[in-house]
Amino acid sequence: MQKVRCALIGSGNIGADLIYKVQRSPVLEPVWMVGIDPASEGLARAREMGLKTTAEGVDGLLPHVKADNIQIAFDATSAYVHAENSCKLNELGVMMIDLTPAAIGPLCVPPVNLREHADRVEMNVNMISCAGQATIPIVHAVSRTQSVDYAEIIASLSSKSVGPGTRANLDEFTYTTSDALCRVGGARRGKALAIINPAEPPMIMRNTIHCLTDEHPEQARIIDSVLSMIAEVQKYVPGYRLVNGPVFDDKKVSVFMEVAGLGDFLPRYAGNLDIMTAAATRTAEMFAEEILAGKIQLKSVKSAEAVQ
Amino acid sequence: MNPSPSLKGRKVLLHDMCLRDGMHAKREQISVEQMVKVARGLDEAGVPLIQVTHGAGLGGNSLQHGFALHSNEEYLRAVSAVVERARISVLLIPGLGTMRELKSAYECGARSVHVATHCTEADTAPQHIAFARKLGMDTTGFLMMAHLNDPVGIAKQGKLMESYGAQTIYMTDSAGYMLPEDVRARVAALREVLDPQTEIGFHGHHNLGMGIANSIAAIEEGASRIDASVAGLGAGAGNTPLEVFAAVCERMGIETGVDLFKLMDLAEDVIVPMMEHMVRVDRESLTLGFAGVYSTFLLHAKRASARFGIPARDILVELGRRKMIGGQEDMIEDTAMTMAKERGLLKDVTA
Repeated sequence: MQKVRCALIGSGNIGADLIYKVQRSPVLEPVWMVGIDPASEGLARAREMGLKTTAEGVDGLLPHVKADNIQIAFDATSAYVHAENSCKLNELGVMMIDLTPAAIGPLCVPPVNLREHADRVEMNVNMISCAGQATIPIVHAVSRTQSVDYAEIIASLSSKSVGPGTRANLDEFTYTTSDALCRVGGARRGKALAIINPAEPPMIMRNTIHCLTDEHPEQARIIDSVLSMIAEVQKYVPGYRLVNGPVFDDKKVSVFMEVAGLGDFLPRYAGNLDIMTAAATRTAEMFAEEILAGKIQLKSVKSAEAVQ
Repeated sequence: MNPSPSLKGRKVLLHDMCLRDGMHAKREQISVEQMVKVARGLDEAGVPLIQVTHGAGLGGNSLQHGFALHSNEEYLRAVSAVVERARISVLLIPGLGTMRELKSAYECGARSVHVATHCTEADTAPQHIAFARKLGMDTTGFLMMAHLNDPVGIAKQGKLMESYGAQTIYMTDSAGYMLPEDVRARVAALREVLDPQTEIGFHGHHNLGMGIANSIAAIEEGASRIDASVAGLGAGAGNTPLEVFAAVCERMGIETGVDLFKLMDLAEDVIVPMMEHMVRVDRESLTLGFAGVYSTFLLHAKRASARFGIPARDILVELGRRKMIGGQEDMIEDTAMTMAKERGLLKDVTA
């Protein structure tokens, strides 16, 4: 069967995990991995797994895009580098899946709004953050039932699963996730908190989601909505599990989730890594299915438009 | 380690925590008027640094940590306007507070900041420490739950914070778990690696009644800044009681520059009447110190206990076993619910 060929930019934890998930996909094929350090372990691992690699950043990939028919690129670098990468690759008609906090394109949480993005053939979609992927589906599950004034989420991540990029830029994580609780989750106001816990053995990613509804919560409808949303997420993240709740306290609805990963690159505790790469892969697959069915065609985007 | 050197003539900078750590003990419900009154009293007694924020610091207003009566900005503006000598400080925990909030606090008069991380996660603070220095603030790197890292580890984390620009490195006994020898070993390890001009601070909790002894142990190994709060108003069994510590310092010849009798009056006439519960070592706060649990968990555990029918002590011990750290207050309700299900007191929605 024909597959859509992909490039993975960034050779850190996320890039490494993406290789496994993209390789497993029936519609995607990982072809290139892009790094910046010739001695990086990530690039060596990619070569062992059969990918072509460059250590010259995205410029090392550009000359090969046409010949290797690269149509989708995953970017797991940083917000600063992503803007430039996106311009260059969009110009060559490559669709970008942004795993950085850059958020140039629309924010994407697969069970909430992926369909819309695919229908509009968006050339750059942003995956928000791990905490966003883990919590926004639940906020949306409540807000589609009744209006939510305020959503607050607390993400607990194991120390070993949080890479240097996230650590050095925690504020971006906070802003991006808080903003997405409103724009995608549907709450009027949003706040995201992140905790990094060094316990050994490492704790599995935990997320607590609180929503304050405008009117008194209709408990049965909210429970149904939340449970069916969890089932949707489990289609691409099997370890997405309800631990406690939904529990109601006046107008507050609280849901306590756990996210175990598939254990591809990092062990199962790193559900935060998994939910990000699984959501990105799911997003790419939706686009790939449409491309392969001839329903959509990716078009070159001039750089001026790409950064708008 | 030195064998108890004389501390006569040593200068120590006292930093009061009533209006920040004390917010925890007051469920964040201290009014602006009360803040102004306490800050005036502290200023008149010569306390050089006063921390003023939501208990969890900048960005603390949340369902997770409670909503204070006023915004941090309102408190900071009101207090800054009335103090004459003292500098006002704030707490900032990356992952909760952000640089936007720090800038806003600075504009409202804050001139010093504790940038706090868990004791193994200093590398989540480089942006915030650098930004605080850029604003010209007196900047400390504040390593919380310091009992969960060994002396070598604490020294490494402190050195990292120094490299980001922190001028003082604090060891923070958030659980009130440490004993004087634990404090000595960690301060000595820090002193060995830090630049001579970098100061060392100690922030204690009194859950095992060791706040004062631990602070003295820290000074013996070279600490020059001590956090405390008048009448101990703070999380758990409270912070090191400032007026008691000041009295001990005076007896030992340590120079703090504060007026002991004014502080005693402030404790008795203003702070103690403000308390909703006596901040002291009791069954639950002793459990915190004994099990090494974050002091702020105390009132949350009592609330979860009342709601789900699990004794607060059982919840706190379980949280300690699960190695929960500061900021994971949501896991208190979660743990209580899980325990309630195990004990047949609560049914699962999917059951």
